[in-house]
Amino acid sequence: MNPDLVIEVDAIRKAYGPTVAADDVSFAVRRGEIFGLIGPNGAGKTTTMECVEGLREPDAGRIAVLGLDPVRDRRALQLRIGVQLQEAQLQKRIKVWEAVAFWRSLYPTAIDGDPLLRQLGLHDKRDAWFMTLSGGQKQRLFIALALVNDPEVVFLDELTTGLDPQARRAIWDLVHDIRERGKTVFLTTHLMEEAERLCDRVAIIDHGRIVDVDPPAKLIERHCPQRTVVVATDHDGAADRFRAIPSATAVRREGGRHEIEGRGDTLVTDVIHTISEHRMPVSEFRTVLPTLEDVFLTLTGRSIRA
Amino acid sequence: MRAMLRHLLHLTLLEIKIFVREPLGVFGSLAVPVLLFLVVGRIAIGSANDSDTREAAPGDIEFLRTDLPVFVAVMIALSAVLSLVTIIGIYREGGILKRLRATPVRPPTILLAHVLVKLIFTAAALGLMLLAGRRFYPVGVDAPLAAFTAALVLTTWSILSIGFVIASLVPTARFAQPLGALLLYPMIPLSGLFTPVETLPPALAAVARFLPLTYAVSLLRGIWSGNPWSAHAGDIAALVLVFVLATAVASRVFRWE
Ligand SMILES: Nc1ncnc2c1ncn2[C@@H]1O[C@H](COP(=O)(O)OP(=O)(O)O)[C@@H](O)[C@H]1O
Ligand SMILES: [Mg+2]
Repeated sequence: MNPDLVIEVDAIRKAYGPTVAADDVSFAVRRGEIFGLIGPNGAGKTTTMECVEGLREPDAGRIAVLGLDPVRDRRALQLRIGVQLQEAQLQKRIKVWEAVAFWRSLYPTAIDGDPLLRQLGLHDKRDAWFMTLSGGQKQRLFIALALVNDPEVVFLDELTTGLDPQARRAIWDLVHDIRERGKTVFLTTHLMEEAERLCDRVAIIDHGRIVDVDPPAKLIERHCPQRTVVVATDHDGAADRFRAIPSATAVRREGGRHEIEGRGDTLVTDVIHTISEHRMPVSEFRTVLPTLEDVFLTLTGRSIRA
Repeated sequence: MRAMLRHLLHLTLLEIKIFVREPLGVFGSLAVPVLLFLVVGRIAIGSANDSDTREAAPGDIEFLRTDLPVFVAVMIALSAVLSLVTIIGIYREGGILKRLRATPVRPPTILLAHVLVKLIFTAAALGLMLLAGRRFYPVGVDAPLAAFTAALVLTTWSILSIGFVIASLVPTARFAQPLGALLLYPMIPLSGLFTPVETLPPALAAVARFLPLTYAVSLLRGIWSGNPWSAHAGDIAALVLVFVLATAVASRVFRWE
């Protein structure tokens, strides 16, 4: 066993009747990283994560978390991990501080509740009933509950689904904070922007199968190396100049607006060089980089939003 | 073991606090049975006194002395079971059960805490009913209070285990209350509460012998009238058997999510 690997998933399979939710899924999560399992709804993210947490038992395959078997060593493991479940609720009329106090009482060692609530911006809500909290506040409370036992690994399943962009950003900062405290974070999301912003590495899952695993930038480089530079200029013959750039593979022109498509790191520099060499008057300049969404589209032939 | 008891204590206290905050939670489980007891008692004594003789008819007095208190006690137990079925449905649907299961709490502890809450409120409702009865009930209350409370707690505990089976069957929380009522309330007319089981048509009497409520009513009625526990060993055995069977079934079919 590699001590740097906090989670090792080896060829697990889980079916619900005829639905195969996880099929030969393998990946590993390293100590101290934010690892994302990403894919569209129904891809098998929750199933896989709950197998790793010990909440479900895979039909086949092997899982080790902190060197423990999630099903067999469940009690020992539960003390060392923190989980946030997709779409979980608490009792409608439980107060924020009561939830934290109760969760603290469940673990032999727990961190103080007050600083935790303060850190998560819930301190002035400590006497509020769960049902009166906003979506973002509920998720922050679930983060608090996942951190209460000072876990080594934190599991976050679709943490920001249903939140508005502002609440989402606030949560992203909190997840970064969790990693800064030396914890390993394993999360799932169907939001590619979230994965790119948060994750050190991601595993793309589709129809229960892992398609590829790597840092987002590497996945983009590998599967979608093309990038586009958009230049608006009324310089005569600009299109021909751009076509002459070796790293450019295609140039489209619409009036004075040129879309220069190419691959490789030098494309942008080459375009800038050409502009300045021919003293082109430029009214717009922007680069369009592919995202994880494009990677997903390339790998599966489908848009992840579909 | 120690941790389990600590978790049970914390969770039970927490659930009591939460239940008290429910609209109608306390009113429904404490005030309603007491009011039912006193109001129906008043009406019954009124109609008894209106009859031609100055003295109340013996049947009416019997109704007031035993039937009504036992009936209200049974209603307290059944409404505790219905409330449990509803709560379990809501907790399952909201993922609360699942969230608790992802902590060191042992799953049975979660359910046991709810049983304790229901038993505590059952005992409290009964206590209030008897206290109020001493002052305001037309024929007063002179039953062995501690023994009767114990009998009702035993009854509720036994029927709560059926509640877990019902909670496993209900598809969604919205169906919990009506389905539970549909399964539980029809037991009342067969239980011997108002018509002795022996006087029922043979087919119905046979059905009655399979209903846990029949044994509960026999036990409650007997203890209320001052019988010793030993006279009801059969009823107690039946209620324990119901608990064992229902718990065995529930532990197989219970759904956490
Ligand atoms: N408890 C369950 N019973 C039956 N089917 C399930 C269950 N949980 C998930 N599924 C099915 O398994 C597939 C994967 O679901 P899930 O793991 O929740 O995906 P994701 O989290 O990526 O949206 C889906 O087709 C879903 O309908
Ligand atoms: Mg999911």
